[in-house]
Amino acid sequence: MTENQEVITLSHVYYADGNVSILKDITGSFLKGKITTIVGPSGAGKTTLFKLCNGLISPASGDIFFNGKRIDTYEPTELRRNVGIALQSPTMISGSVWENLSLPLTLQGKQLQEKKAKELLKLVGLEEKFLNQNVKDLSGGQRQKVSIARTLVNQPKVLLLDEITSSLDRVSQQEIEALIVRINKESFTTIIWITHNLEQAISIGDYSWVMMGGELIEIVESSRLLYSKNESVQQFVKGDIE
Amino acid sequence: MSYATLALSLVFVLIPILLSKTLKLGLEKDTIIATIRSIVQLLIVGMILKFVFTSKSFIFIVLMLLLMISAATQNARKKGKAIKGMTWKLVVTFVAVEVLTQSILIGFHIIRPTAQYIIPISGMVVGNSMVLAILFLNRFTAEVEARQDETELILSLGGTPKQAIQASLISSIKASTIPTIESQKTIGLVQLPGMMSGQIIAGADPVQAVQFQLLILFLLLTTAVVTSIMIGFLSYPALFNKRMQMMKQKEI
Repeated sequence: MTENQEVITLSHVYYADGNVSILKDITGSFLKGKITTIVGPSGAGKTTLFKLCNGLISPASGDIFFNGKRIDTYEPTELRRNVGIALQSPTMISGSVWENLSLPLTLQGKQLQEKKAKELLKLVGLEEKFLNQNVKDLSGGQRQKVSIARTLVNQPKVLLLDEITSSLDRVSQQEIEALIVRINKESFTTIIWITHNLEQAISIGDYSWVMMGGELIEIVESSRLLYSKNESVQQFVKGDIE
Repeated sequence: MSYATLALSLVFVLIPILLSKTLKLGLEKDTIIATIRSIVQLLIVGMILKFVFTSKSFIFIVLMLLLMISAATQNARKKGKAIKGMTWKLVVTFVAVEVLTQSILIGFHIIRPTAQYIIPISGMVVGNSMVLAILFLNRFTAEVEARQDETELILSLGGTPKQAIQASLISSIKASTIPTIESQKTIGLVQLPGMMSGQIIAGADPVQAVQFQLLILFLLLTTAVVTSIMIGFLSYPALFNKRMQMMKQKEI
């Protein structure tokens, strides 16, 4: 059974950049096959949390587990293919959309099939004609969609999405939300989604983490986010904390 | 050339000093220091070379080469101080380049294994290697910083440090070696190389001087490419830790 099975668990995780403390005593789990949204004001340490889960950085102290094993027992390349990440400002390698989509497999010495590339484009709501387009000519929203498609090439078990819809228009935003929910339901991929949009966090999330000042304030069912009894969370959802 | 004639050549030092003073360029002090240093250094080198050439001892040749490599390392390491273990990486590169070039030159009987040939050619090889190392390190440091997001992207998708840094590495190797290749394209058209000019002035047959100059040019081409590649491949692992994470500047 995978019901309520923990896929990523953080235990007393601390992270500091020099003398600046970024994350303080984070303890919590992300459940397999669920969508967890992470909300909180800027500077709460949300992106740092993602980089820790993807293994791009290591905690100063504390442990992170993926599928029950400490992440530092995995080969970094294996961990990163299983825990995919799409960042707020999608970085593209220079060249075409095709070259960007091929990248994850090229890194493994494999080749992406053209048919698969077209399917991925369709999945994220882009037409096939974009395949040979130079990424320089794409809009912010189109780049974000290519970035999501590229992350999906590795077929990650966990997908970390960092504000991926913040630069998209309303229609594209809804398309991406529907896409992510579909990926979650169809392939049982665990989704962890950082968002500034409370409405989005509640509507698509099963659970929500509220982070402030590097601390995990509360883990709550997303549908209960607005009714939290925690005073800081109440202030945040009311918009009193930016 | 007599010392009296040499003294007259100081006119060429007075001209820039006077211009600097008139136009308030502030270059007088540095020009005087550079002049004094070049006179003292070259006269000492001249005397040492005279001693080494007449002694015909192989130990003195090795000592001269060690001195050159030490001075080149000392100079180039400042540019790569952010990279851990830069000193030994430079030493390994300079020694490798020197061994490679001298093995070919002496092995194929292109030059005679005497101090008169080995020392001046080594000076050109190690000097060129040092300049290339500095050019490479300057460019590589800038490339790594500019392409940090791309490097992180490749790591996040499951790439290895080598794959993540490849674009920066290739770009830096190319950028540092291009000046050597480009200068060879216009050589003889824009300027006559110093060594060749020196030989011609000293009365050598111009064709012979050209042949020797060509040998040096090809030698420096190998030196340039091998230096950049070696420094590059020895340096990049220091930018990552065992967990294939990019290390911050202060941690390197």
